[in-house]
Amino acid sequence: MLGMILRRLGMIVPMMVIASFLTFSLVLLIPGDPATRIAGESATPEQVEQVARDLGLDKPFLVQYANFVQGAVTGDLGTSYTYNVPVATMLKERLPVTLSLTMVALLFALLLGIPLGVIAGRYAGRLPDRVATGLTTLGLAVPNFALGLLMIQILAVERGMFPATGYRPMSEGLGEWFIRLVLPGLALSMIVAAEIARQLRASIADTLRQDYMRTATAKGLSAPTKLFKHSMRNALMPVVTVLGMQIAYLLGGTAVIEAVFGISGLGDFAVQAVLGRDLPAIQGIILFAVMVTLVMSLIVDISYGYLNPKVRRS
Amino acid sequence: MSLESGTPTAPGTPGTPGLTETAGRVAPRRFVHRFLGRKVNVLAAGFLFVVTLLALLAPWLAPHDPLTQDIPAAHLPPFSPDHLLGTDILGRDVLSRMLYGARVAGQAALVSVLIGMGLGVIPGAMAGYLGGWYDAVLSRIADTVLSFPPLLLAMAIVGVMGTNLTNAMLAIGLVFAPRFFRVVRSSVISVREETYIEASRSIGTSTAKIIRRHVFPNALSPLIVQISLACGFAILAEASLSYLGLGVNPPDPSWGRMLQEGRESLFYTKWPLVIPGIAIALSVLACNLLGDGVRDSMGDERGHK
Repeated sequence: MLGMILRRLGMIVPMMVIASFLTFSLVLLIPGDPATRIAGESATPEQVEQVARDLGLDKPFLVQYANFVQGAVTGDLGTSYTYNVPVATMLKERLPVTLSLTMVALLFALLLGIPLGVIAGRYAGRLPDRVATGLTTLGLAVPNFALGLLMIQILAVERGMFPATGYRPMSEGLGEWFIRLVLPGLALSMIVAAEIARQLRASIADTLRQDYMRTATAKGLSAPTKLFKHSMRNALMPVVTVLGMQIAYLLGGTAVIEAVFGISGLGDFAVQAVLGRDLPAIQGIILFAVMVTLVMSLIVDISYGYLNPKVRRS
Repeated sequence: MSLESGTPTAPGTPGTPGLTETAGRVAPRRFVHRFLGRKVNVLAAGFLFVVTLLALLAPWLAPHDPLTQDIPAAHLPPFSPDHLLGTDILGRDVLSRMLYGARVAGQAALVSVLIGMGLGVIPGAMAGYLGGWYDAVLSRIADTVLSFPPLLLAMAIVGVMGTNLTNAMLAIGLVFAPRFFRVVRSSVISVREETYIEASRSIGTSTAKIIRRHVFPNALSPLIVQISLACGFAILAEASLSYLGLGVNPPDPSWGRMLQEGRESLFYTKWPLVIPGIAIALSVLACNLLGDGVRDSMGDERGHK
């Protein structure tokens, strides 16, 4: 087990280095002189120079990169131009909002995805499977922000069942917090739910075909026991992997959903940073997102090895 | 955004006893037969063909200029005289804007997939064929790029390069590159060690010919699957970026922008929101179904019934 953890760490650390390098290299994609571009068209030469000095753009590229990494490791990601506060502070401020939204979305995804997947897998090839698979196929195609807009109009504006937009922190009451996250969480959960259902369908249908299931039938076990105790236990493992991969999607997907629902989280920060050509903020957000994704995949891998001894050795 | 659904199932999936030969190797005629044998495949392909045709012919088909405003005629419902799909908040003809929007969606899909393939296919084939440190380094880079949340990465690239459609397509293409890399690499690896390749080499076939005759046909089907999934993702991503104001600049029509503008009309009518929403959903659905159809027709364990 320890060997496996070390091996995974040995893979993930170089990836973190590459990720930070790629993130920093975004500066190379800026057309023309970066300092002029960031300072804006109307900036005076002094302002441009100031920007160049602030960002260290006058130094060699690798020195700039080293400074960037050194800053990032100590939690200094530079100062956001649009908000005029340290990027790290912005991230800390916005993270709980996006984390709340992501958690609620994940909850809905599990609540929708697992039953759909179990039904589809249990009745593979038959009518319930076709309905469930049809729903998941649709869930992967419908643009979630269009769905969000429609839900706001129909469920919030016309019916008044939910508040239309906005966010309240958990400290103002759990109910207030949750009710505002229902619609955005639902909209965001669609794709993850569909992915969970698809994966679960495949693995349940597969485990039900295994020899040990025939043995279970021969022993006279009831259908629910077979499904939930024998099949699900094996079938849920790949779902864990899917969940790990979907964290990346959720972190990116929040941008549009937050815009639709007027939530000021990380996604909104990202959109404002992009609109404002805010290089330190853009780099900070993307570095943060990729690090979270890498750490999540490490955790998933390790828990996978913990749950399944076969994986440990390979 | 089902970009990942083309990749094989998660590691450790309890033993699907896969065929040892690769999924891509099916006689072309049997593939076509299987593919056309399912109505949903034909429907998806037909739909995409029609959308492509409409997009190409938009300048001749559009009944109005997509940019001409007619405020007194704003918020007309579908099937109004002279405006088949109604008008938006500024009285612009929704049908004309949809047709021109299809051009943008198609263009986004085409260009970003071409960029993704241009950057991913040849390095992927080389990594698969050569192996060694070349493969190790490139694979590690591709895996890292795959760890970036796709939409966020596209946003960041657009953010530094400037917000317009060209940069949005380029950004989406960059997001695709490691996915094409992986697909091609794994299908090349799966045939590299086959005895018929060795046999072919032993009778003096040139490397170029081996790649053309043996390696390429194997990579083709998984590549087509990836292309259709990527097209679906590109359409969604273009719509998302344009919705956020990071893609197509106003007043140009794009399905994503139309959703944004449709939001302003919501007080009067839902149609300017619903119509582009349905168009995006159906196009992405068709792309995904096409990808699934091709994969299932390849005859791997999920294919034959």
